[in-house]
Amino acid sequence: MSPLDLLVAVPLCCMAAALLLGRAARGLILLAAPLMAGLALWLALLPPDAAYLVGQWELPLGILLRADGVARLMILATALVIGAVGLHALVEPPEKPGHAAQAETFWPLVYLLWAGANAGFLTTDLFNLYVTLEMVSLAAVALAAMGSLAAALRYFMIALLGSLAYLLGVALIVARYDTVDVTLLAQLAEPDLATLMALGLMTAGLLIKAALFPMHGWLPPAHAAAPAPASALLSAIAVKLGFVILVRLWFEAFPAITGPAALQVLGGLGAAAVLYGSVQAMRQDRLKALVAYSTVAQVGYLFLAFPLVAGAIDPGDAWAGMTLQAVAHMLAKAAMFLAAGLMLKAAAGERIADLGGLAQAMPLTVTAFGLAAVSLMGLPPSGGFTAKFLLLTAAIEQGAYLYAGVLILGGLLAAVYLFGALAACFAPATTPRTPVTGGLRTAAPLALAGLAIVMGFGGTALVELSAIAAPWAGPALILPEPAP
Amino acid sequence: MTFAFDLILCLMILGTAGIALFVRDALAAIAFFIAFGNLMGLTWLGLDAVNVALAEIAIGAGVTGVLLILARARLLALGDDATCSGTPLWLRLGALAACAGFVVLLAASVLSIPPESGLDRVVAPLMPGLGIENRVTGVLLAFRAYDTLLESFVLLGALVAVWSLAPAGAWPGRPADPGMTDAPMRRVAGTFGQLLLPVALVMAAYLVWAGSDLPGGAFQAGTVLAGGLLVAAMGGTIGLPSSDRPLLRAALVLGPAVFLAIGLAGIAAGGLLVYPEGMAKALIVIIEYTLFLSIGVTLALLVAGPPVPDASHPNPEGKG
Repeated sequence: MSPLDLLVAVPLCCMAAALLLGRAARGLILLAAPLMAGLALWLALLPPDAAYLVGQWELPLGILLRADGVARLMILATALVIGAVGLHALVEPPEKPGHAAQAETFWPLVYLLWAGANAGFLTTDLFNLYVTLEMVSLAAVALAAMGSLAAALRYFMIALLGSLAYLLGVALIVARYDTVDVTLLAQLAEPDLATLMALGLMTAGLLIKAALFPMHGWLPPAHAAAPAPASALLSAIAVKLGFVILVRLWFEAFPAITGPAALQVLGGLGAAAVLYGSVQAMRQDRLKALVAYSTVAQVGYLFLAFPLVAGAIDPGDAWAGMTLQAVAHMLAKAAMFLAAGLMLKAAAGERIADLGGLAQAMPLTVTAFGLAAVSLMGLPPSGGFTAKFLLLTAAIEQGAYLYAGVLILGGLLAAVYLFGALAACFAPATTPRTPVTGGLRTAAPLALAGLAIVMGFGGTALVELSAIAAPWAGPALILPEPAP
Repeated sequence: MTFAFDLILCLMILGTAGIALFVRDALAAIAFFIAFGNLMGLTWLGLDAVNVALAEIAIGAGVTGVLLILARARLLALGDDATCSGTPLWLRLGALAACAGFVVLLAASVLSIPPESGLDRVVAPLMPGLGIENRVTGVLLAFRAYDTLLESFVLLGALVAVWSLAPAGAWPGRPADPGMTDAPMRRVAGTFGQLLLPVALVMAAYLVWAGSDLPGGAFQAGTVLAGGLLVAAMGGTIGLPSSDRPLLRAALVLGPAVFLAIGLAGIAAGGLLVYPEGMAKALIVIIEYTLFLSIGVTLALLVAGPPVPDASHPNPEGKG
């Protein structure tokens, strides 16, 4: 019995049960949320070399699951986000009014997304990662379609293109090396044409999935139009899997091949994403579009970190900064989308200018929005601050002043657009507001935003957690002996 | 396979692909696409990849072809003329240059890899322990069973995703009736469906059984079953079920759930998806038979599409 398999098997059981139970399946989240949170905690506390060969089939053929620092942190954050979003959706219907099909299919799709994300964070197998990418993309497209069919169709096309590019790269790798396991490829990889082509194809496909500028075009319409719980899952989780696979490829499987020039290209795109996403967010007059463009900017930081991790003498800090940025964004962005959904329900319209009077009408929800904004801006104390501070220190140590400048400027720009939205909530209301508050509805975004803030006090512990079995931390993990 | 045959096959593949791309009429393009898929299947046969050939013909040409024809019919019904609009010349030339450059780069990469595969050497010694002969089945249901388990849930998720598109007021309900509207055609399809469905069932059951030792398996068999179900539905021999029928839900979930249950039972024997000594073949056959049934029903419903509002059977949910 190990959390490495249960973290995937339990959501799959829930998906099957949800289909059998039909409309009664909503209540399943009351069981699944605490159970998955417990499993994720158990995973975080496992010994550092925790690993698992599925079916006890040895590499190079079998599939290795492993709990490294990235997996532990991402799975814990995923459990918190989906748990909170699920409980929120229990009282705040995620579907469009009257769409009984959406009300029922929401739940199996959420469990599919959960299983796919957990499986993806745990596996070291590039083909297995393709399957998990399919699970997450499929659920994400369907969740996006609950808002705008046109935006979801565009997302679907571009996500398919990304999947196929990634799969083509995996096919080249298996033909070239007879294995697709990241830990084995780390020892085998050579910079020949087939490998470079494969890495290029996989990277291009995954950058689309992770929505890095300039491949971000599908994200804002899809994330802005979806119902709030769906948007929260899309922005917090769906884009992160592409990022984690890129980390596996660039830092674990092929660190010997990814030259400094290529790393600077990724870092440069990340920096451009921070600036472009922030400027676009400032120009939006609809609240959810602003929050969606903020995701484009926040994803930029993840890739801005790539050259900083590779260039550091002791990569521990930059690595932790990158990982914690992903986690802090998951918590803060999910909180912000949930809060924004509630605020827009009470507001006169979906524009930022319509938010007047909400600070008085629903102070707790506006507080959740504000706390999430603190973390996204990178103000202390918050997870976002810890992450950006670690990255900034690494950038200054390496003399990468351009990246340091973008880190500071990005925070300032985020402050501009997020304070703008907050200030609108304090404006006097033109008509009296009926607040949408109460119970889990308000508690879910508040809890997630609070966690994003609390992360700021767990600095050292989180940095140590992120370093478990990290690729730069020494010898690769020791494989478990199959039971006799 | 002689050189002349290979050459003719290659020319026909290029020819059908070219016509499918350049012909303006959508129906003609689909017809040539189906021909292209079947020729590709022949090529895989020539390369001794019989499992791939079966999948290519059944899914690549068969199911995809049906989907394209149905999509065209829907577009026509919506008032779209289903023909390609003209694209500017510079865009065509640019696309041609980009694709050509990519193909050259990809071909150079593929040709730079030595053709012999080392995976055979890894797989072969493991096969006797499973008690089955077909290496593809060994990979799909033992060595990489975790991938297949997750894929079976992806397929289920695809149907859920299609269902989520049901318009307001159509849930729970039936998909649009795929039956032929033309009475004589419907009679022909009806007779054909009555004959084909039992044949498809027997053939699919055989494909699963043979899959242990010969090419075949749950996915190919599921496609055959889906084909039989669809033809029968087009002729009106069977009706498509409402999305909330408990029996239908059970049929959809059965395969993935049994696979997952057997995988979890393996934890008692040492870990997820561990088959106890000597029981591998029995468990694989159980998984494949249940999976085949669920795949067949899922594929048929995927082709049928989301529930639509039913005028003749108004349901209590229909007022949303």
